[in-house]
Amino acid sequence: MAGIEIRNLRKQFGDLHAVDGVDLSIRDGEFLVLLGSSGSGKTTLLRMIAGLERPTAGEIHIGGERVDGDVPPRARGIAMVFQSYALYPHRTVFQNIAFPLEAVRTPRKEIEEKVRWAADMFSITRYLDRYPRQLSGGERQRVALCRALVRDPKVFLLDEPLANLDAKLRNTARDDLKRFQRQIQTTTVYVTHDQVEAMGLGDRIVVMEHGKVRQVGTPQEVYEDPVDTFVATFVGQPPMNLLDLRDPSLAAGTLVGFRPEHLLPRSVFGPGEDLRTVRFAVRRVEYLGSDRYVYGSVLESAAPDATVIAKLPATIALAIPEGETHEFAVPRRLLRYFDAASGLRRRP
Amino acid sequence: MKRVALYAAALGFVVFAGFPFYWMLVTTFKQNRDLYVGASDLSHIPWIFNDPPTLEHVKLLFGQTDFPRWVLNTLLVVAAVVVITVAVAVPAGYSLARLAGRWGERMGMGIFFTYLIPPTLLFVPFSRLVSLLGLQNSLASLILIYPTMTIPFCTWLVMGFLRSVPWEIEEQAMIDGYSRLAVILKVAPRLIVPGILTVVVFTFTLVMQEFVYALTFISSVEKMTVSLGVPIALVRGDVYHWGALMAAALFTSIPLAVVYNLFIDREPTFHHPFTRGGCHENPNGIVLRAHRRGSVHPLGCSSRRGPAAGRTGGQARGGGDAHHYGFHKRHSLHQP
Repeated sequence: MAGIEIRNLRKQFGDLHAVDGVDLSIRDGEFLVLLGSSGSGKTTLLRMIAGLERPTAGEIHIGGERVDGDVPPRARGIAMVFQSYALYPHRTVFQNIAFPLEAVRTPRKEIEEKVRWAADMFSITRYLDRYPRQLSGGERQRVALCRALVRDPKVFLLDEPLANLDAKLRNTARDDLKRFQRQIQTTTVYVTHDQVEAMGLGDRIVVMEHGKVRQVGTPQEVYEDPVDTFVATFVGQPPMNLLDLRDPSLAAGTLVGFRPEHLLPRSVFGPGEDLRTVRFAVRRVEYLGSDRYVYGSVLESAAPDATVIAKLPATIALAIPEGETHEFAVPRRLLRYFDAASGLRRRP
Repeated sequence: MKRVALYAAALGFVVFAGFPFYWMLVTTFKQNRDLYVGASDLSHIPWIFNDPPTLEHVKLLFGQTDFPRWVLNTLLVVAAVVVITVAVAVPAGYSLARLAGRWGERMGMGIFFTYLIPPTLLFVPFSRLVSLLGLQNSLASLILIYPTMTIPFCTWLVMGFLRSVPWEIEEQAMIDGYSRLAVILKVAPRLIVPGILTVVVFTFTLVMQEFVYALTFISSVEKMTVSLGVPIALVRGDVYHWGALMAAALFTSIPLAVVYNLFIDREPTFHHPFTRGGCHENPNGIVLRAHRRGSVHPLGCSSRRGPAAGRTGGQARGGGDAHHYGFHKRHSLHQP
């Protein structure tokens, strides 16, 4: 059990600043998700925590002990699961899980016990005699987690462990993973580019871009109160709408942001609500079962061609004819304001 | 229907690959009259025994040449060169691929280019070197010189192979409790067994068929290797002792084909794990790639092995190899 402190961490590959001054404080027992697109530095950050990459500058403390520098991966009290699972191909599932225990010369009997315990936890006892190639993706992923678990690590480092699973399996695997982490209460750092995974798993999310941390917060904070336009558009599907409404009450160069699910026909709101009403020229309506996506443009906008998306839940049965202009509205309390030049949040 | 096409293709391949072997076999045991009459008599059928078979050519090969001795010499040289090559090329390839960063790749290319300098150029300085060391007319000269062609190629081969083995497995081992050195000594070797086998096979092949250096450095008959002794002893002036030549080719290539087949049959079991066991690469892809590289070899000696070792079923495998060896023997026979 241990928290992780990261101070002003940097990693340069030639001219590329893969990680560019990251400060992060990961609490004991926390499930922290590093979210970013490829090249955002999230994997490099994870690999530096693991000790597989040497930082150019900065400090890493795991459980109060400084580990950047010469503490090798094996001595950091971590366990890691790679995207490819990195199972040893010539070893059975049992031998794979036993591998970290053998490395530290654990007695035979204890190995047996621990492996069985871990395999039981992930219900893969049946497969202990098989080879990795005889397993499905989901089973391999669980073997990799088992192997991480038997080390009894202070910290779990997971590098996109669900990315290789098919979409159906990913949901259950996500649930399993979260329950497992709650149960063992071990600090976990999880890297992903999938914002749904990040929202679903993380106690807190770290949004990264170009080697820098953009925002750290709970899924709710990151979703509802993005600190800048990058986070606003990166988190959420479809992304937040950002418009310059040329509102005289706002300072020049202010972008107004609102989530697609908050942009609804004027008529569905009650009379007492404080609304920002816009004229919405509907181009196309996409029927998705539980929702309808309405694509169009806002006529008040400084760039009237920019596509704006409204997401209407199935509970709103109102007909929205394509090619017509409708009155839509967003509750004012749900509007977010950003500076157009810097992208940063701004008070209205 | 698809199956029929597959088997037809396999059969065609087997015939194509097995024919040189058959031809060697028939020629070995044919009487001379049966061999040469086809030139004047058009009704003569060349691929069957028209006269009763004879052991005449085999007796010539074993009785009047030092063939058994050459086989022994060849095995000795091959064994020594294989050991040297594996000992040097595997660690070199590993370091260049895993530890040397960007420069490793460039150096690997550089090393590979040295392989492209043909022996026909290099034998001049090498012969001076060999005589300076006092190794003229000894097998030691070949054991010294052959690694100059096998090591660069095999280093490059190992590098290429390692590119297909995810580094993550070794990183995982470092996290799981091993030091980098322990990973290199204990974990990595097991992962690169298929690469090592490929190195052994290529070294074998390159050395078996080598002619120029052997011709340059070896002068006494009892120190020759098969690839040198056979054409020198059995092509006298413009008299080709075809029966005995083919007998030599046959007796050298059959055991080799059998041994190589053992390798090939084993290789898939080594390969599968990489792919199915946790990464995306196709295991056969590894073999195929390695062997395609092999086909860069100017004599094209290895180009047939890839598909045989890779995807095709059992029947085609033997065929692939048979062809392969038929090919290389033929080559060495053409040399004089």
